[in-house]
Amino acid sequence: MSYATKSPWVIHYDASSCNGCDIEVLAALCPGYDVERFGIINTGNPKHADIFLVTGSVNERNIHVVKEIYDQMLEPKVVIACGICACSGGIFHDCYNVIGGVDQAIPVDVYAPGCAVRPEAIIDAVVQGLGILEEKAKALDAKKKEGE
Amino acid sequence: MYGFETVAVTIVATLVFAVLAPIVGCLLAGLDRKISARMQGRVGPPLLQPYYDVRKLMGKENASVNGSEGVYVTCAFVFTLLAGGVFFAGGNLLLSVFLITLSALFFIMAAYCTRSPYAEVGAARETLQVMSYEPMVLLMAVGYFIAAGTFDTAGVFSLDAPVVCTIWGVLIGFLFVLTIKLRKSPFDISMSHHAHQEIVRGVTTEMSGPTLAKVEVMHWCENVLFLAWTALFFVWGNPISLVVAVVVALLVYFLEIFIDNNFARVKWQAMLKGAWIVALVFGGVNIAVLAFI
Repeated sequence: MSYATKSPWVIHYDASSCNGCDIEVLAALCPGYDVERFGIINTGNPKHADIFLVTGSVNERNIHVVKEIYDQMLEPKVVIACGICACSGGIFHDCYNVIGGVDQAIPVDVYAPGCAVRPEAIIDAVVQGLGILEEKAKALDAKKKEGE
Repeated sequence: MYGFETVAVTIVATLVFAVLAPIVGCLLAGLDRKISARMQGRVGPPLLQPYYDVRKLMGKENASVNGSEGVYVTCAFVFTLLAGGVFFAGGNLLLSVFLITLSALFFIMAAYCTRSPYAEVGAARETLQVMSYEPMVLLMAVGYFIAAGTFDTAGVFSLDAPVVCTIWGVLIGFLFVLTIKLRKSPFDISMSHHAHQEIVRGVTTEMSGPTLAKVEVMHWCENVLFLAWTALFFVWGNPISLVVAVVVALLVYFLEIFIDNNFARVKWQAMLKGAWIVALVFGGVNIAVLAFI
């Protein structure tokens, strides 16, 4: 295991969620599930984060914000869509302002469906995301060596 | 008085400090997170988690908003190491204090130079923190001079009793500002370790990857040095006193973790007033009594 997977720092953004999934994301970070056991820390800063947790669907107003946060994060980074709205738009998919899932704005690596998404599902998704993070870290290392 | 020998000893001590302080500081930081987690009824991360964090940050993509930020952070880091070198070489305590202040100023510059509103808020708060603790830290050095008869830290080994016997008031004042220097709640105003207590991330908002790793390691070294300053109060001619000093430093660190977990952040006005009042009452009165009576 590389060091990238041993300290995944998380940033959480509520795109247009009903707050159901947000509460579950925060529940996963609370003492009950204690994800700090795995080195997971909730940061408020995209420049420090490795994993981007998005809840809620993307709409015309927030698509720029989602893209901006994603762009500010440094490689290697992983995006996890938390909840069915973030995966596909969910029950809001045909609202006039909703574009759809988060993958309409930025590349998504792991989908964690659910309404609301269960904390266990979020932890599973993050663990799956760690595998992808490791691959990306290796790719970045190879690129760095090539650069030298 | 200070010849080539002093310079050589200081350089060697700086190099030794640069190797050992990050190791000790990393373990202390790991212990901190473990104990904090237990105090909150959690299991907490592995002991080496701070090390994993820094290794991860070093592997991240290297990007920064401008060219000067990294230079300022490097300067802050180097002066922290120098301050440690001067202290552990038995050198001038006052010089060590000034070097740490210089390091803090470089750190503030690093935040200001990014022109980010969030980093600037952090930098302004960091400046307030420096304003708050600086009088007491200077009084600490002055008190040490009055008690030991020299600014040189090596002077403690020729004493019959630890300096804490004469300047215990200064120690109390210093312990108060130590909370600010260790960046612990309630005085973690510019840069908190805990999420959701912060406007984005205070001073380090624009720092990322390897630069942030440097800041972390610098913070470890600072912690070791500040605890060593505290330990200095308890050292005298007897070699056993070194063990006493280390035990006291660890106890003080535990006390800081306890305070960190039990107090919410205060406003900067309370911090500034509190630190100055404590500095004047405990440090000032203690020194005045020693100087005039």
